[in-house]
Amino acid sequence: MKQHLQNPTKNPPPTTTSGSTGVVTDMRVIVPLQGVVQGGGGGLILGSIIPCALFYFFQLYLKSKNRSGDDSAAPPPPQLPEIEPPGGGLQRVQSVRSIWSPRGSNSQVSSRASFVIKQVDNPYYVGLEKSCLDCYDEVCNPGGIIQLGFDENKLSLDVVQDWLMAHTKCSIVCQDLQMNGITAYHPFDGLSELKMAVAGFMSQVMEGRVLFDPSQMNLTSGVSPAIEMLVFCLADLGNAFLVPSPYSPDLDRDIKWRTGVEIIPVPCRSSDNFSLSTASLNRAYNQAKKRGLKVQGVIVSNPSNPVGNLLTRETLYNLLDFATEKNIHVIANETLVGPIDDKNQEFVSMAEIINSEEYDRKRVHIVYGLSKDISLPGFKVGVVYSFNQTVLQASKKLMRFSSVSSLSQRLLVSMFNDSRFVREFIKINRERVERMSDLFVGGLKELGIKCMKSSRGSYCWADMSGFIRPYSEKGELELWEKLLNVAKINATPGSCCHCIEPGWFRFCFASLTEKQVPLVMERIREVL
Amino acid sequence: MTQTGPRRLRNSALDDDSQPQPQPQPSSSTTGMRLIVPLQGIVQGRGGLILGSVIPCAMFYFLQFYLKRRRSPPASNPPSPGNLTDLSRSASRSNLLLPRGRPHVSSRVSSIAKANDSPYYIGLDKATSDPYDRLCNPGGVVQLGLAENRLTLDLIENWITNNLNESILGGGLSVSGIVTYQPHDGMPELKLAMAGLMSQVVGKTVTFNPSQIVLTSGATPAIEILCFALADQGNTFLIPAPYYPGFDRDMKWRTGVELIPVHCRSSDNFTLSIPVLEQAFNQARKRGQKVKGILLSNPSNPVGNLMTRETLLSLLDFAREKNIHIISDEIFSGSTFGDEEFVSMAEIIDSEDADKDRVHIVYGLSKDLSLPGFRVGVIYSYNENVLTVARKMTRFSSVSAPTQRLVTSMLSDTTFIKSYTERNRERLRTMYDLFVDGLKELGIGCTKSSGGLYCWCDMSGLIRPYNEKGELDLWDKLLNVGKINITPGSSCHCIEPGWFRCCFTTLDENDIPVVMERIRLVVEACKSPA
Repeated sequence: MKQHLQNPTKNPPPTTTSGSTGVVTDMRVIVPLQGVVQGGGGGLILGSIIPCALFYFFQLYLKSKNRSGDDSAAPPPPQLPEIEPPGGGLQRVQSVRSIWSPRGSNSQVSSRASFVIKQVDNPYYVGLEKSCLDCYDEVCNPGGIIQLGFDENKLSLDVVQDWLMAHTKCSIVCQDLQMNGITAYHPFDGLSELKMAVAGFMSQVMEGRVLFDPSQMNLTSGVSPAIEMLVFCLADLGNAFLVPSPYSPDLDRDIKWRTGVEIIPVPCRSSDNFSLSTASLNRAYNQAKKRGLKVQGVIVSNPSNPVGNLLTRETLYNLLDFATEKNIHVIANETLVGPIDDKNQEFVSMAEIINSEEYDRKRVHIVYGLSKDISLPGFKVGVVYSFNQTVLQASKKLMRFSSVSSLSQRLLVSMFNDSRFVREFIKINRERVERMSDLFVGGLKELGIKCMKSSRGSYCWADMSGFIRPYSEKGELELWEKLLNVAKINATPGSCCHCIEPGWFRFCFASLTEKQVPLVMERIREVL
Repeated sequence: MTQTGPRRLRNSALDDDSQPQPQPQPSSSTTGMRLIVPLQGIVQGRGGLILGSVIPCAMFYFLQFYLKRRRSPPASNPPSPGNLTDLSRSASRSNLLLPRGRPHVSSRVSSIAKANDSPYYIGLDKATSDPYDRLCNPGGVVQLGLAENRLTLDLIENWITNNLNESILGGGLSVSGIVTYQPHDGMPELKLAMAGLMSQVVGKTVTFNPSQIVLTSGATPAIEILCFALADQGNTFLIPAPYYPGFDRDMKWRTGVELIPVHCRSSDNFTLSIPVLEQAFNQARKRGQKVKGILLSNPSNPVGNLMTRETLLSLLDFAREKNIHIISDEIFSGSTFGDEEFVSMAEIIDSEDADKDRVHIVYGLSKDLSLPGFRVGVIYSYNENVLTVARKMTRFSSVSAPTQRLVTSMLSDTTFIKSYTERNRERLRTMYDLFVDGLKELGIGCTKSSGGLYCWCDMSGLIRPYNEKGELDLWDKLLNVGKINITPGSSCHCIEPGWFRCCFTTLDENDIPVVMERIRLVVEACKSPA
């Protein structure tokens, strides 16, 4: 019996190779392949290859099983189509489904979309929405919510308004002999006239210290798409960016939603004036590495949002050193007009550092919120300024998804080209922001609330940790809720900005008028 | 073939251990091999077979493991993975090796950044850089590749000139309406006006609900946002081919979604048939791809035909049966000029009461109102989830506020819109007839089309060889010799070679003889050698 069990398997290959096979027959029953193995010279090779192959196919099988398992596990939808028999029985499938779910219609959205849907709005968005619905108005709605959560500069609106009144028609109609220029297709990455004008405007703001090259610019429909575009260009799904925290609450949506990129906060502390240190960057970087995340860059905002301090020249150098060492990118989100010239500290743009120093420019990318800088946030124009040709080319093509209306571009071209107006606007705007800042910060001080000293933007970063109980995120959110619902003031709590110390709040005061400041202070006093 | 002492010793020791085994003979007969493979002694012992399988398996496994580890990081960042683990040293090393330590871009854009190789984009670029002008540049390239309507520019121009200031600045009361932040998904006033326009364009009793409208900066982001909302990376959409070449960018680039062409043929007049759709769907399923929906353009771009009510109904059935979505791109719905009536997906959905939430309509002002520069696109969906996501995603593609203002008042001016649409259709009709007749005289036939700003013409008689290469040769000749840019069918993924899309709305009536003359030169050159 033993004999004929093994015979068929053994016979074909080894017979010719060895004459000694007859002796080994005892063992063959147990392992039919042994004959092959022990056969001769080829035996060892076959003996290795066959199990290898088996093992390999096993692995392959496991993998393919796994994958299909993952797919169907992640979103519930696929199960439905799988129920139905592949061949036919159409009517029946439908009826089966309609039994399970009424109306038989559950067309699912993608899993990335359901992530967006499920995501609960954090207090920042809750506050914005609520204050939009019940907006304070001196005459019509004196009991409404005062909006201090939105970084929007209305202080110099009248200047812009006057200009628009005088020039709108001319800038759109008179300039062109025909309408072609405004209604027709135009390059998605922005009109070259506007790029030129913007380059001029930016150099003017920087007082000639930096010259900007219009060919390195792409115009987007706002800051959010500009940042998203860069993240798309620099990182792949699952990569990460380091972002010094506290950071603007908008970044979470801008960066994570569609690109699938992670944010690693680099915590900064009040004891350091919330300034960025290389040590903490290194720590965050190493932590990310440990988690297996690939860090592709650092995103900073200058002046920092929400804190409002400026990055010093030294910090910028350190940042670039760090980026060079790790071979990663730097995205700087800069506001041009916002920062006020200070005796102690001047605004240093990344473009300036890059121009003067021997760093690799290819890793530096700058974002400007153009229309926001000039108090026209509704115009939604952002600028991507990069030194990296690949990024420029790619983002130029991606601009098809976020291009700016030619109408707005035309208006801005003539606005930026009116250099007398621009100079005047910058001067007036700075004065007004400064005065408002003094007034608002002074008001808070009287209430016993201290703000970060270096606040320079159109917002201030206030320390209300003395007023929260318990001293934790919970206490902070309670105070935020009281401010919103009782005092009717919408401020942004630090937890939305991923600040690790509880009790900090961001107040955007540039949408107020001077008259409203005492009212705001009065309302805050009520809840303290 | 010398045998070393120790080895022989070990072998004999092994043989001793495995007494009961009848090994001696085979071992002696194979000793010659041992030098080459030291493991053989073990293999041939009793546990030999097991070890003999385990060891190579393990080695193979580690090899695979090693390969995998080596492969994955460089995919996105080739030179640095070694450096990143070791921090301080890496800096100095990377500085030594590559003095600047080149920063890497993401792998998804490296393909995007590459130069255009599709003839569609090459032609567009060329025609943009050297545009034909009757007076200034009579030797330039005539642009027939861009679906842009310039026939009615004068009407728009008049309106804007007359109403500019009031519409943007709202009669001078306040600019805060245009300069402050607006909801990203569009002002309610504009949505209302847009709903009105859409019903008027459809020309029926279909009403559009403003709350189901999301405004985006053009139809391109509208399609991309829908794609983001409906499909995940690696999912697919079925799309009747030939299709608009831009979809390859809109749908695929950032979303990672794939398009599966469903080929329509000239014998069916390029209409979509359900069996073909079914076949494509099943093939995709077989390949393990997950189909999330169908992307239609109605009126079809590039063919210009309309979908019949029956087709739409059966499409809806198909989608319901497979539980997939339908995106209906109706951006040319107001630019119909034929006798056939245009049936919107919205109309079908209105009459059928079930299953609305799998239908999404894309619309825009770029074609029907010839305002492509304004970048106004519309997502109209019946699915609350999709609307929520789309509203949130418009933060990346919102419409500029002054534009919204201007467009709102333009659309609210119903008498203007009405007369505009009528005159636009008339002019399209005239131009279409002129152009198609001109081509007919040259012996080039077109499919019968009733909408769109283009015609789909059959030049298969002129290409040699009869394949894509021949088609591209002809395209090249037309572009470089004839100085005419048209879109070859291969860019539209048409499976039959020799078809071309010509957009005639960028022309002036007086330009038509010039265009025909240029085409004739190329046609004759093609025919003469034969």
